[in-house]
Amino acid sequence: MSDRYRQLANTPIGRMVTKQVGLPAPVELERYQPGQPVISGPVLLGAAPHSRLAAPATAVLAAIGAEAHTALDDEARGAAAEARLDAAVFNPQAAPEDERFKALVFDASGIGSSEALREAWAFLHPTIRRVRRSGRVIVLATTPEECGEFPAAIAQRALEGLVRSVAKEVGRGATAQLIYVAPGAEDAIDSTLRFFLSPKSAYVSGQVVRVGSPKALPEKIDWERPLAGKVALVTGAARGIGESISEVLARDGAHVVGVDLPARSAELEALTSRLGGSSLELDVTDHAAPEELAAHLLAAHNGVDVVVHNAGVTRDKTLGRMSEEQWSAVIDTNLTAPQHIDRELFARKAVRENGSVVCVSSIGGIAGNAGQTNYATSKAGVIGIIEAFSSTLAKLGVTLNAVAPGFVETGMTAAMPVARREAARRMNSLAQGGLPIDVAETIAWLANPASAGVTRNVVRVCGQSLIGA
Amino acid sequence: MNSSVRRVAVLGGVRIPFARQNGPYANASNQDMLTATLDALVEKFSLERETLGEVVAGAVLKHSRDFNLTREAVLGTRLDPATPAYDVQQACGTGLEAAILIANKIALHQIDAGIAAGVDTTSDAPIAINEDLRRLLLDLNRSRSNAERLRVITKVRPQQIVPELPRNAEPRTGLSMGEHAAIMARDWGLTREEQDELALSSHRKLAAAYDAGFLDDLVIPFLGLERDQNLRPDTTMEKLAQLKPVFGGEDGTMTAGNSTPLSDGASAVLLASEDWATKRGPPVQAYLTDAQTAAVDHVHRREGLLMAPTYAVPKLLERNQLSLQDFDFYEIHEAFASQVLCTLKAWEDPVYCRERLELEEPLGPIDRDKLNVHGGSLAAGHPFGATGGRIIAGLAKALADDTHGSRRGLISICAAGGLGVTAILEKP
Repeated sequence: MSDRYRQLANTPIGRMVTKQVGLPAPVELERYQPGQPVISGPVLLGAAPHSRLAAPATAVLAAIGAEAHTALDDEARGAAAEARLDAAVFNPQAAPEDERFKALVFDASGIGSSEALREAWAFLHPTIRRVRRSGRVIVLATTPEECGEFPAAIAQRALEGLVRSVAKEVGRGATAQLIYVAPGAEDAIDSTLRFFLSPKSAYVSGQVVRVGSPKALPEKIDWERPLAGKVALVTGAARGIGESISEVLARDGAHVVGVDLPARSAELEALTSRLGGSSLELDVTDHAAPEELAAHLLAAHNGVDVVVHNAGVTRDKTLGRMSEEQWSAVIDTNLTAPQHIDRELFARKAVRENGSVVCVSSIGGIAGNAGQTNYATSKAGVIGIIEAFSSTLAKLGVTLNAVAPGFVETGMTAAMPVARREAARRMNSLAQGGLPIDVAETIAWLANPASAGVTRNVVRVCGQSLIGA
Repeated sequence: MNSSVRRVAVLGGVRIPFARQNGPYANASNQDMLTATLDALVEKFSLERETLGEVVAGAVLKHSRDFNLTREAVLGTRLDPATPAYDVQQACGTGLEAAILIANKIALHQIDAGIAAGVDTTSDAPIAINEDLRRLLLDLNRSRSNAERLRVITKVRPQQIVPELPRNAEPRTGLSMGEHAAIMARDWGLTREEQDELALSSHRKLAAAYDAGFLDDLVIPFLGLERDQNLRPDTTMEKLAQLKPVFGGEDGTMTAGNSTPLSDGASAVLLASEDWATKRGPPVQAYLTDAQTAAVDHVHRREGLLMAPTYAVPKLLERNQLSLQDFDFYEIHEAFASQVLCTLKAWEDPVYCRERLELEEPLGPIDRDKLNVHGGSLAAGHPFGATGGRIIAGLAKALADDTHGSRRGLISICAAGGLGVTAILEKP
């Protein structure tokens, strides 16, 4: 889907006009290409005194071969030495103006009081204007509910406001995220830090993600193909976001079992054969669908590792004009079917340990939307699934998360009236719509076995939309 | 043959005051300055008509006719003409390397006493003829017939009259040493202020050393100059702050105030075995107990040009089972304030110590009050070959004079080509 305004705004004249008139200036976001490094450009790492996440963060930076920098007297420097990270020196007092970073990573876990929040200011104040295009600001912190002391819990919670505001200020296609890491989960941040550093998270911004202690982490992982040898079920796979999800999971090494309506069998068949996967034609709302799915997965693959509940429909009408059929069609597909399928799969122990379930929610489910009472209900209910079952699944070593896309350039949004579409597109920090790939990459991160500590999260893929924020 | 190794005593040294380029020594040659300095040392230690084991000296900027500079200088002194001599050259490490060579021969019983010296002039600098013209002249010399000679002569072009001036640039990078130091300053995030502070401190300490009479028997007046010409006893942070950056571009941090100027001067140090010292009378000021050189790859930007001493010192420490804090004096040659500050920061940095120096723990900080206590090159100036002798003589005297129980001093000198020369001096 072409975004002509963005193309225009990125011409020399367009840049001048948007700046003079104060129009949104969307930049072309960098997106991941296979074989690319996790991050291309220098990373500045800092840590508040007494922080505990600099060590795992430096280990990740060393593993991805990042060109790291720290201040000489920074808490993180010792960690860098331990991780054998040959970090260069950065001194904000002396650095020339043109010294810029692709990412700023700040370990705020040591901040134990509101006064100590000054540490976050001290790190970001001289550096926030040194973030490059499509850059990253990542704050690592301690999950507030797991802080022993109230002042620490309050200060850690306060970081949400900081990070969400930084995401709105940073500009030029850069994003900001807050990663809460539970005590003891330090070693589980690898996949999450990689995802948020990389162009894979292009359209995710202003998000707060919680990483807890996983039941187990994979001993070894091939970061180019983290899903090698895994089986992934994707519902609604034939088109749009579902197609993109299937492609990305296959790229990451998974055997994709694509599910869609019999009416879409040609598209589905073409996709799964291209991806070296297999297809199953069924309507997820059919009474027999869960049984059929489970039986197929067990027979053909001896189970499944990744389940993506993507199948969804809309039947937009204001509530007063909405028929019962319109109501039910949406609730049945979007909310009831995932529950029935999960119940059957887990009852038959079809989901393997270290697996993951990802549901596709929507920003509408968070914010509500006029004309979409049915859809918003179903998508809010999806978040309910996450909240209801994640702790049960955690005991089985299976994660359960949701992604909530905002404005994504698809055939569905292309059909919107121009004025509404433009407004929806621009009303986010990145001033543009996302692409199906952005949703797919986010799901692939959650499906990665190394993300075993990431559960019960609802991650918005919305460019930090103003709606529902 | 005696297979034991002897301790090497530093008996003392002298130097002439250091002058700025094209200052009072503008017309003095390397040989003039070296001869005068050696003779001053002869006088100080009553070495007239003495045959010493060896005199070793060197200059960085040298005329081709000065191939035997040290020997020629010795012949001009009151030493016995039978005293052997040779030249060495290791860029700014020349003076200290000369002392190490003398010390090693003493330690091995090959000689009993010797002089290590160094000299440099940036005023009376060698100017070579144009490289193209030189080749033509050599071709001409090789020509056998007039026709051949004529053919060579017709190749001479007017632009070949332009001579080759000595350049203060690294041959493999084309960058001046100052530009290299500016890269280091940027790599280590140095501020202008901390560099100016070090320069100010150098001037204050050297001025205080003069005022206290510490340099009375170390510095011998020459050509009307009694103190180092570069010394600015009354300089201030404000004055230093007004200077424009000279290296590292417009927003660079390095100025003429926190970099050493091109200078002229010479120094000499007398080293001997303890037996020789006992027989001849002069007290032992210090022992030169160990030395270490190192080099870095500055060409491929793997390391800063002037960082080699950071590699040499840990080896010295390990061999002598010392920590960096076990010294009472630190003489770190102030080629640029940035070199000293980068060196100190590097030794404190866990990443640098682990990744580059392959040390488990950083060497740690030093007590800044023990650094270059009688001033350094920023104040005194830096005639390349003469700095080593200035430092050895000053440190040996500081150790001998000190009544506070100090025992040990460290010398660290960076040099062009990514070289570093370091040594330990210890009190008797």
